[in-house]
Amino acid sequence: MNWLIKGARIIDPSQHIDDQMDILIEEGKIVKLERNLSSSRKKGLDSMELAGLVVTPGLIDMHTHLREPGFEYKETIQTGSEAACAGGFTSIACMPNTNPVNDTRSVTEFILRKAAETNLVNIYPIAAITMQSQGSALAEFWDLKEAGAIALSDDGKPVMDSAVMRRALEYAHSLGLPIISHCEDTCLSSGGAMHEGFASTELGLPGIPGIAEDIMVARDLLLAEYTRSSIHIAHVSTAGSVRLIRDAKNRRIKVTAETAPHYFTLTDDDLRTYNVDAKVYPPLRGKDDVEAIKEGLRDGTIDAIASDHAPHALTDKEVEFEYAASGMIGLETSLALGLRLVAAAVLTLSQLFEKMSTNPARILRIPGGTLRPGAPADLTIIDLQRSWTVSREAIRSRSKNTPFIGWGLTGKAVMTMKGGAVTYDELHNCHEHPRHS
Amino acid sequence: MIFERKDILGIKELSKDEILLILDTADSFIEISTREIKKVPTLRGKTIINLFYEASTRTRTSFEIAGKRLSADTINISTSTSSVVKGETLLDTARNLEAMNPDVIVIRHSAAGAPHMLAGMIKQSIINAGDGAHEHPTQALLDMMTIRAKKGRLENLNIAIVGDIAHSRVARSNIYGLKKMGAQVTVAGPATMIPRDIEQMGVTVYSSLDEAIKEVDVIMMLRIQIERQHQNIFPSLREYAQRFCLSKKNISLAKKDVLVMHPGPINRGVEISPDIADGPYSVILDQVTNGVAVRMALLYLLTGGKA
Amino acid sequence: MKNKKRVVMDAEGIDRSLTRVAYEILEKNKGLEDIVLIGIRTGGICLANRLQRKIAAMEGIKVPLGILDITLYRDDLLRTNKKPRIGKTDITFSLDNKKVVLVDDVLFTGRTIRAAMDALIDFGRPRLIQLAVLIDRGHRELPIRADFVGKNLPSSLWEAVSVNLTEKDGVDEVVIEMDSEE
Repeated sequence: MNWLIKGARIIDPSQHIDDQMDILIEEGKIVKLERNLSSSRKKGLDSMELAGLVVTPGLIDMHTHLREPGFEYKETIQTGSEAACAGGFTSIACMPNTNPVNDTRSVTEFILRKAAETNLVNIYPIAAITMQSQGSALAEFWDLKEAGAIALSDDGKPVMDSAVMRRALEYAHSLGLPIISHCEDTCLSSGGAMHEGFASTELGLPGIPGIAEDIMVARDLLLAEYTRSSIHIAHVSTAGSVRLIRDAKNRRIKVTAETAPHYFTLTDDDLRTYNVDAKVYPPLRGKDDVEAIKEGLRDGTIDAIASDHAPHALTDKEVEFEYAASGMIGLETSLALGLRLVAAAVLTLSQLFEKMSTNPARILRIPGGTLRPGAPADLTIIDLQRSWTVSREAIRSRSKNTPFIGWGLTGKAVMTMKGGAVTYDELHNCHEHPRHS
Repeated sequence: MIFERKDILGIKELSKDEILLILDTADSFIEISTREIKKVPTLRGKTIINLFYEASTRTRTSFEIAGKRLSADTINISTSTSSVVKGETLLDTARNLEAMNPDVIVIRHSAAGAPHMLAGMIKQSIINAGDGAHEHPTQALLDMMTIRAKKGRLENLNIAIVGDIAHSRVARSNIYGLKKMGAQVTVAGPATMIPRDIEQMGVTVYSSLDEAIKEVDVIMMLRIQIERQHQNIFPSLREYAQRFCLSKKNISLAKKDVLVMHPGPINRGVEISPDIADGPYSVILDQVTNGVAVRMALLYLLTGGKA
Repeated sequence: MKNKKRVVMDAEGIDRSLTRVAYEILEKNKGLEDIVLIGIRTGGICLANRLQRKIAAMEGIKVPLGILDITLYRDDLLRTNKKPRIGKTDITFSLDNKKVVLVDDVLFTGRTIRAAMDALIDFGRPRLIQLAVLIDRGHRELPIRADFVGKNLPSSLWEAVSVNLTEKDGVDEVVIEMDSEE
């Protein structure tokens, strides 16, 4: 598909661009990114006038759970894709804790096939580190890479055995596959339902101490250092983790890190009503942790914002707090929550999109995150002024488990374009209906 | 005075005036239990369901007697006999009960927040008879009633709560209640049984019994749950008893007219030595008597038509 | 919005009525054997105490006296959100076979007395129950009548009748006033 996009404010962190420019797209790739491109009518070229809107490289969510195969009652690749493109995402990476676990090429291939059928978002499967994510036998990393996996993780669980994690880091590094670590010392966290602190004491709920995360972060950093490999820390939630990662980066350890929007938006006090939609793992932490996360984003310790989109059906959530499943959906609120950081002067717009697009592409070594000529035409078009309220009815994910229902937010993706094809369009009230100038 | 609440879920949200109203009302119910005919027709035709997901003889019987003395129809459901065994969710159980139109549901559950979940979903009044480690409001109310009856007041008394504070809903509810009524509260127990940041509740923390009970007016001993030992929180009951058992050896550290309390059931020789449990300082049985009166008072205050 | 307040009985009037009631109790029951006085909280307590003193002055015998709170037996209790304070019931003697004289200040609809009788039956089996009131203002809603009446006071439903007694209100007087209408 060919497009001439005019009049928008282009923010491309990969080229340090924040300016009004035009984009020429041909055959699904970016051909030109310049000021005042002529609108001479080429055959088959549609144009779009996007004055007043922001265009960024397509947003990339490097941590989602699509639940298919096995848990289709929570989400499918189809519904997850619809949620993603409505949230402005053109690429997402999906975690392997499906059923069966994505520890063999057949599951990876299944996911890729389904993704091709839906064709709304680029889906990059993350495969398991160990068989069935049990933490002992390594999965076939090379075979999985050949099948199309772009990273490895046992997310949902840690690899508790340090010897196993060491071998995983060494082997993955030799294949150029990133390892994404879910850091949790399950001995310390066992039985816990929320962050251990004053709130958990008052609520009488068993607590998960912050050090359950910090201890494993420290271990993984040391393992990465020793094996001279690289590592990516998933869903950072504590001040302790931020400090450890910052020190590690200062010591030139090859570590990258992500956090999720709820860790810079909510605290453990938000659980005082026993709100199961706010029950998540890692749990919502204390005020000091939230401030540290923001500081970590600001100073670059944390490289990416990833939603950890974790759909759960009502039957999984509408039970006693201790028994409720952990996780919240996030694809459709991630951008707006990130924009709150810009409004609070924690990040500039460019830094936000760096964390939501450019850096995830770099960390996962996938295409995207840039509007450089030659790159795929993956774009997110954002109305920074748009006020909207999160409503259950409008959520496109199959599950509606989010504590942000009812929140008034500012800023929304109003159009998403993947490979030159419009996958989501609020501007024209229906899909793939371009505005002709 | 109008009692506006639909539910009694915890002490934390009650005001001092509400607590006083409940205690005063409970005082007037004491006399009924001493009559020949221990019944008043006040809640005649009302239905009270006791939904107990955790085993309990004392609390359940207390609620049952309270309801019956008010002439209400009381029904007991305990998990071993109910559809819960067949895997029915709490919410479904509650909705089914709601459809039978009771007036009050009394619930005890091992998961903190379970009564709150119900209160938000069904229209009947809910009384929390204990939810996990969170709150046990009726216990705290009867404890306060007992102290007030013996000491004439609650303000400026020194009260020590001793035991597995971290897992104790009795401790939490009592801390909220006693502090609201103006008492000073100290908690003591092994360091592994003191919950994080509890000083922020306004209590002083000790890890030794002797320090905690110096010159106190009331000592509240909590039950050590033997089932917890496998969680490696404390080496052994033997060691616990050696360090934290209230007995003749240490009771003299408290004031001469100290009250000894325990929510029951007692582990004799672990939390309290038998001679103290049965001795002159103990008001443990008064607590039980007052328990019926407090529960009658709550049932009376919660039921009633809409104005 | 006028509150017309009339004093229909002053201190002397109250005293004389009570004296007469005391004599009537003695006369009707042919003496004091097995007689007990039960004052209904709150209006009846002071009056029961006064009757006890008058009877003691007349016969030299202090008749047993109890206090009955009928709040929990009211038929309108659960119909409103207002929960009246429950007072103490204090009856330290058995009622079995006794002649109970219930004492109250104003007899109106009769529902209070109905509740009082239900309460008494729960305490035991009196041989008989008689009712002594200072004021009977009519408008009965139940078939209840007083045995001993201080004064009959026909009243309209828009009027409020109050018996004020020195022990609790600082003055002895019976007052009737028009309730200000909306």
